[in-house]
Amino acid sequence: MPRITELDVNGSKRRVDADAERPLLSVLRDDLDLTGTKYGCGEGQCAACTVLIDGVPTRACITRVGAAAGKKVVTIEGLAAGDKLHPVQEAFIEADAFQCGWCTPGMILGAVGLLSKNPHPSAAEIVNGMNGHICRCGAYPKVVAAIEAASKKGGRA
Amino acid sequence: MRRRDFFAVLGGGILVFIADDSDAQESGGGARRGQNQQAPGELSAWLHIDETGRVTCYTGKVEVGQNARTSLTQAVAEELHAPVASISMVMGDTAATPFDMGTFGSQTTPRMWPQIRKAAAAAREMLVDLAAQQWSVDRAAIHVVDGRLTAGTHSAGFGELTKGQKLTRTIPSTVELLPAAQWTVAGKSIQKVGARDVVTGAHRYAFDVKRPGMLYGKVLYPPSFGATLQSLDSGAADMLPGVTVVRDGDFVGVTASDPVTAEKALAALKPVWEQKPAEASARDVYAHFKRTAENRPPAGGPKLTAYNVAYIAHVPLEPRAAVAEWEGNKLTVWTGTQRPFGVRSELSTLFRIAEDQVRVVMPDTGSGYGGKHTGDAAVEAAKLAKAVGKPVKRNWTREEEMTWAYFRPGGVIEAGAKVEPDGVISEWEFHNYNSGGSGLQSPYSLEKKTEQFHNAKSPLRQGSYRGLAATANHFARESYMDELAAASKLDPLEFRLKNAKDERLRGVLVAAAEKFGWKDRKKTAGRGYGIAAGFEKGGYVATCTEVAVTNGMVKVVRVVEAFECGAVVNPEHLRNQVEGAVAMGIGGALFEAIDFADNKIGNARLSRYRVPRFSDMPVIESVLLDRKDLPSAGAGETPIVGIAPAIGNAIFDAIGKRIRSLPMAPRGSIA
Repeated sequence: MPRITELDVNGSKRRVDADAERPLLSVLRDDLDLTGTKYGCGEGQCAACTVLIDGVPTRACITRVGAAAGKKVVTIEGLAAGDKLHPVQEAFIEADAFQCGWCTPGMILGAVGLLSKNPHPSAAEIVNGMNGHICRCGAYPKVVAAIEAASKKGGRA
Repeated sequence: MRRRDFFAVLGGGILVFIADDSDAQESGGGARRGQNQQAPGELSAWLHIDETGRVTCYTGKVEVGQNARTSLTQAVAEELHAPVASISMVMGDTAATPFDMGTFGSQTTPRMWPQIRKAAAAAREMLVDLAAQQWSVDRAAIHVVDGRLTAGTHSAGFGELTKGQKLTRTIPSTVELLPAAQWTVAGKSIQKVGARDVVTGAHRYAFDVKRPGMLYGKVLYPPSFGATLQSLDSGAADMLPGVTVVRDGDFVGVTASDPVTAEKALAALKPVWEQKPAEASARDVYAHFKRTAENRPPAGGPKLTAYNVAYIAHVPLEPRAAVAEWEGNKLTVWTGTQRPFGVRSELSTLFRIAEDQVRVVMPDTGSGYGGKHTGDAAVEAAKLAKAVGKPVKRNWTREEEMTWAYFRPGGVIEAGAKVEPDGVISEWEFHNYNSGGSGLQSPYSLEKKTEQFHNAKSPLRQGSYRGLAATANHFARESYMDELAAASKLDPLEFRLKNAKDERLRGVLVAAAEKFGWKDRKKTAGRGYGIAAGFEKGGYVATCTEVAVTNGMVKVVRVVEAFECGAVVNPEHLRNQVEGAVAMGIGGALFEAIDFADNKIGNARLSRYRVPRFSDMPVIESVLLDRKDLPSAGAGETPIVGIAPAIGNAIFDAIGKRIRSLPMAPRGSIA
């Protein structure tokens, strides 16, 4: 079984020792202690596990770590630039776009991916683009408002 | 500073009771401990001010997304006159915080909020006393603002006065609190405390906890409820490197140093189970409730209209999780729960050790909605950790969370009434089978009424869910009120107002209707409008919906909800609860249902159990009625009760079809 020995995560080359078939989510959380990426369903239905792989929002729970090798992985921990939060992170705080916060890292990265493809989405486009993300607390309207606010401020870092 | 001292019951002070809830379906299948412990009267149990002026507040309440951390911080800031940024909350740590029965029942606002305010006010008065003494000035000359005390040329920060010493004083039972009309910090929306950690992924929840030397644990569950273990061949699992198989009666688990090996070990076990036949399935459970009910009304009574409500799952996005660590006979468990002290009791009883040998820490959890009252993961982790002598992590999978926890009870509700020609209800009969007694009592003014809850046998483990039985009872009542209105040829709002004397109930009905434009609603093909109102846990709610029905598919287009729970503590948090409850309630109203047969859950995963998504959201407008003249009640639950009947009533208005079961569109279509 091929093993993965290195991952590019948040701009650093990290040493791992994982079977290529292991879910990326587990390698990130359990091996690299990057617990910001969350488990919600294990079958790609809730998108709490969203990371960016080469800038594309990807569900880490159904992605083999082998598929992430050699690519740039960004987790929620790598989004801010030191002390400076990403505009989407700031927008989520200002819009109070979360309650328990479990879905939030995934939502934020999903939103970053959405805005990178569509910098000025309509509300309907936001709903369509984000519909893979579940928020059980029901903060959906505020998430939409946060993404709209971020897009007005030019939602890329 | 050692905090263990404060579990001795100290004389005097404030008694904190949780209102006795006679609803048998509260808190997860009998695991609740009915202790009414006295809240410590000693100020230092609640507040500490260190020499830099940093304020720490201790509470047994926990943060599950309802923003208790922030609202209680506001309570401290308001009465103590300390900057919000100087205050930290320590929550839900049984070794550090005063006893609390649990964060449920919408009780944090009505009970903990005043308790913290009293403690903060007492601390403020103590600081004034210290300053008066030190400066030899009159108390009346001292001003307390933003963490500092001043009197003429004297000035000192809190920390300079207390020098970090314990605040040894009993909280007087009559300490003066600032009236709501004068609030400057409370009553306002402030940024969520700890928000930055959430958006950067730095915040650690129960699922994220790690301890040095920790192992990963998996548990062997039976193939169906009630099955018993006949034999177990663990040979293959035993041989895996670093694996320990733990067996304790029917409890079987494995530990390993990494999660992959733990899963392999679990899969390698060869158990033989004896399964039990099921009492009922999702299809025949309603007849089962009626058949097994206690105190059934006598046969031959008036024909009642029946409403069925399905079992549903909480689906907290973070499943149950725990890490347990033993040190000799002392146990520490980090777990996501609404009842850290309740879990402490469970563990103390199970392992036969004194409660003060057990520490339960609640590191924040990814929501609960009433589903995290019981310490299932904590118990499993503790059993495994005890057997292997190392800390063990038990993170539940989604399938486990949707199978082995507990559900919102299903139920049958039957209603009957006599209505006079002028639309006044003269007789009312209402029975709930299995769901529960919350919300059973009608808030309308009824001359003659019979309202009865009947215990029945539940084939599934059931327990608290946001709103308890109030959702089921309001669905039935408010749908039936609509049926009565139609039979009386009266407008649904007019019919309700005719039968409502409670001015607070009338208040929310009128406010919702006005914001919605109820009297100007225009009937068009495939569109309908519905209204529902209710009362639960000190809060009044009225919900108006606009629904579009196209080829049998239901879309909730707009919801206006008026909510009144006394003086508003934090408007934005309240709005979150109202809107969040509406969002969640749409699921139970339209498509959520647990599918079960043969003692198995058929849809224990999110690909088979539909929860509301972005695209299911209507435009939601909340009207928050702020009654500064009334004490603050909670809002975590009540906003959910109006949405299902308002949708059902709107569907009837749209296409003339009366649906008397929840969920109303289980396979998406109501055709």
